Amino acid sequence: MTYHGELPYLHAVIRFNHVSKAFAKGESALLDVSFRVAKGEFVFLTGHSGAGKSTILRLIYGELSPTSGDIHVLGFSLPNITAREIPRLRRRLGIVFQDFRLLEDRTAEENVAFALEVTRARPDSIASRTSRVLTQVGLAAKMHALPNELSGGEQQRVAIARALVLDPPILLADEPTGNLDERAMRGVFQLLRDINAGGTAVVMATHNLDLVRGTNHRTIELRRGEVVYDSAVETGQREGLA
Amino acid sequence: MRLLFREALLAFRRAPLLSTLSITTIAFSLFAVGLFGLVAINMRQALRGLESRVEIVAFILHGTPLETITLAADDISKFPEVFAVGYVNEDSALAQAQVELEEFKDAYRDLEINPLPASLEIRLKEGHRDAATVAAVAERLQGFGFIDDVRFGREWIERLDRLRNVAGLVGLIIGLAFAAVAVIIIGTTIRMTVLQRAREIAIMRLVGATNGFIRGPFLLEGAIKGLLGGLLSIVFIYAGYILFGRNTPMLSGLIFFEPPQLLLGILFGVALGLGGSLVSVGRHLRNV
Repeated sequence: MTYHGELPYLHAVIRFNHVSKAFAKGESALLDVSFRVAKGEFVFLTGHSGAGKSTILRLIYGELSPTSGDIHVLGFSLPNITAREIPRLRRRLGIVFQDFRLLEDRTAEENVAFALEVTRARPDSIASRTSRVLTQVGLAAKMHALPNELSGGEQQRVAIARALVLDPPILLADEPTGNLDERAMRGVFQLLRDINAGGTAVVMATHNLDLVRGTNHRTIELRRGEVVYDSAVETGQREGLA
Repeated sequence: MRLLFREALLAFRRAPLLSTLSITTIAFSLFAVGLFGLVAINMRQALRGLESRVEIVAFILHGTPLETITLAADDISKFPEVFAVGYVNEDSALAQAQVELEEFKDAYRDLEINPLPASLEIRLKEGHRDAATVAAVAERLQGFGFIDDVRFGREWIERLDRLRNVAGLVGLIIGLAFAAVAVIIIGTTIRMTVLQRAREIAIMRLVGATNGFIRGPFLLEGAIKGLLGGLLSIVFIYAGYILFGRNTPMLSGLIFFEPPQLLLGILFGVALGLGGSLVSVGRHLRNV
């Protein structure tokens, strides 16, 4: 059973419309997926490994192109996006991964500043913006530490700080707690919720159902590339019946 | 711009071994090209030495007034191909023959009448010493009424022509082959650098860096490596030149590159570094 997000998301920042994705070998990663994410919404993408969670995120940040269907992210039409437009799209997205993807030979501060430098931010604003965002993630005291001097949770916070420093309207997190112990996982998750409370839409792929159950955030469940459950649709249907 | 230089220079600090390997590879590749270049310019110099001996001798009929000869010599010197015209009178010709032809020394001494004619010796400008031009000038000289005969060693000049053409063609082919090998080796070395920094490139792309921005530091890094490799290759070539050129009596007349040629070599290194980087990064960016 596939649910299509038909709720009136007037301020949708992400819109998937009958999106399918097949890889070269013919394997289908996504099948007719439709949903919308509203401005400032927190959405979990859940499902087993290979269900299509990461594929959805990769489609959102333009690393993959859909085989069919339409994707709109922050006004960019992804099937038609040009190679020149992809960097512009990514500057408006924060992306966090399970393996942190930090530059090992640069300090926490340099890793965060790097995102500003590559987007040609004003040099005189880089230090203050970097400091602000590292304070926000609770790492002001460790800004000069190298990644290998930080715990897993701290490294993920640096990655989140790097994702946030460009003030993106959307934060994409692909299993951001997958490599963390329980305590660090809770800390990082709370940080993502705090960021969301500040108005940033968060799309978090996870297979950790304990995290999902403990909140009332919207959940989209995937199975073999299909959306099998969308809590927003369920709620809408219930409200419609009431 | 500051960031561009910082990132390019950081690459040397982060991977000193790979950077050294790249520079040394570029240096040795250019060393091979340069060594061949050195052989080529010395061959060209040797050919030039032979060419400078190309001369047309126009024998003058006995009894021609000196005034006529002087006026004609003046006309001939104005031919566009002609570098210099010399007049050798009968007496000088005899004296010269006595010096140059040892075996006939005594025979010439006993002569009562000088059998040798006066002549005009015409040397041609560089670039006009090929068989066709020499023959054309010789034919024009035949047009002067007082010229009895014109000699210029047609066979020898034709052989020189062939030698020049073969040397030029072989030089071009070997030079291109060396340059192609250098390009491949340098391209592979720079590709290793790019692969070593694949993770960094992926992160740059994730945070929204444009391809142009990603390419910049790599191009600068490639250009710097090319520059250093080029300079190092000159040191190697000069060392080789000193070692063999000065210590081998047979090679004592060897010449070295002129400053503009050295500059061209360094620029070639820079171009190789730039080109290698451009291709390697471009290919990598297309594939990720």
